[in-house]
Amino acid sequence: MQLANAAAVTGVGDTDYTRDAGGRSVLSLQLEAALKAISDAGIQPRDIDGIVMPSPSSPVVAEELVTNLGIPDLRFSTGTPLGGAGPVAALQCAAAAIAAGICSHVLLTLGRTGRTGQRIGARIQQMPQFRLVGEFEAPSGALAPAQYYAPMARRHMEMFGTTSRQLAEIAVTTRQHAILNGNARMTTPLSIEDHQASRMIADPLRLYDCSLESDGAAAVVVSAADRARDLRRPRVLLAGMAEGHPDSPSAITQRGDMTRLGLAKAAPRAFAMAGVTPADIDVAEIYDCFTYIVLCQIEDLGFCGKGEGGAFVEGGALGLQGRLPVNTHGGLLSQAHIAGMNHVVELVRQLRGEAGRAQVPDAEVGLVTGYGDLGDGTLAIMTRG
Amino acid sequence: MPGKPMPDPSPETRPYWDGLAEGRLMLQRCAECGRIRHYPQPMCPSCHSMAADWVEASGEATVHSWTVAHHPFHAAFRAELPYVLVTADLPEGVRLLAQLRDATAEALRPGRKLRIGFEANEAGLTLPVLRLAGA
Ligand SMILES: [Zn+2]
Repeated sequence: MQLANAAAVTGVGDTDYTRDAGGRSVLSLQLEAALKAISDAGIQPRDIDGIVMPSPSSPVVAEELVTNLGIPDLRFSTGTPLGGAGPVAALQCAAAAIAAGICSHVLLTLGRTGRTGQRIGARIQQMPQFRLVGEFEAPSGALAPAQYYAPMARRHMEMFGTTSRQLAEIAVTTRQHAILNGNARMTTPLSIEDHQASRMIADPLRLYDCSLESDGAAAVVVSAADRARDLRRPRVLLAGMAEGHPDSPSAITQRGDMTRLGLAKAAPRAFAMAGVTPADIDVAEIYDCFTYIVLCQIEDLGFCGKGEGGAFVEGGALGLQGRLPVNTHGGLLSQAHIAGMNHVVELVRQLRGEAGRAQVPDAEVGLVTGYGDLGDGTLAIMTRG
Repeated sequence: MPGKPMPDPSPETRPYWDGLAEGRLMLQRCAECGRIRHYPQPMCPSCHSMAADWVEASGEATVHSWTVAHHPFHAAFRAELPYVLVTADLPEGVRLLAQLRDATAEALRPGRKLRIGFEANEAGLTLPVLRLAGA
């Protein structure tokens, strides 16, 4: 059994991304995205025989998808509880189930009503993976992801001279891509000066270093590679996948090197599986809950050395004409925070040549990352094929 | 207004909180191999012994990193904004996260020497705090 190229993404779908979905339930948003993805794949809901739920905190369970979509024979159902690393972990999980012969068409959906529901920062204390920070750090006033991650960014700045203006480059380029996308929450241009003038949230992270709580849903269908050849759309193969967990996964405070994420362990495995190197990547959708997390992942992926990410992102390097086009849909920073499922959707569109005004010409090899739960990292390398 | 988050100690973590209440930072130590670990947990990751005792930290610390909280993520901390959260290296080989007292973030550099202190909050919970050493 081999995982590389055993499965392909055959369908993608998403809802409008908004600040407030007008009271629609997360289930209804996920069903809309799921139906679009199934239709995009050119199959029927009854053909779905596997479901991987990428987010354990989602109020939607697989049984509700089965009931609404009328799925007659679900053979595989599981979840990937890795926070924002969940969607890409779910790709690997789906591909593994397919490679093992358990199922043929696996549905992944993720939706949220981040603003209309509970705020992410308020929810986090109740999650078991945050038990240690909840007991030992929250009483002192460390209460939200921005406050957990800011010391990582500060350490990077102190060790390597990384600057807030370099983080701004990431926010500015991502905003440019969102404006081209047509389905993004943020549609007005952003300058480095705008970023520098934005209020401080958790130093060194400013408002425009932070992603957007959003309403919406996205879905993908993963199919057996041999079945995918006959479907509607160009086939996008899952060529290499891996997940990695950081040292001290439950407490960044206790992590020996807090500038190294789980992705640093995953990246060599995924590149080796796909048989490509960072130099082969035409487009990268990199999980961007905060600008600094993008910079750190660029290093951990091997696009540059540790500490060189600040210089790497300067001068529009992450733009469509730059050396590494990143987050061509606008990311969590400027499209919507759909926990990175929107990154998976965008990579597939890029590799099919369906990315509209933000299309990277002749994109053939791309990657998508996930990041969550204080440092878990996931990576999928996809190829047009 | 909801109050500040309070710990819900387990049998493994209670000695830490009891120590703070007495103005002492207690660290868990493996009774088999002597490795000090923080935050408290049932098993030593080196030798897998579940036997542990507790030792008092020296009180010394150095700056590893920090953040300054500006946004009110929790209403009970709003009046304290901005406050500095320091991640400090302890000579015992573990780290401590605590608020900085009597200084601003401008004084901080990695390796800057600190002293551990103690302070009860309005709910009566004693927490560690950090001050510049020699200040
Ligand atoms: Zn031991």
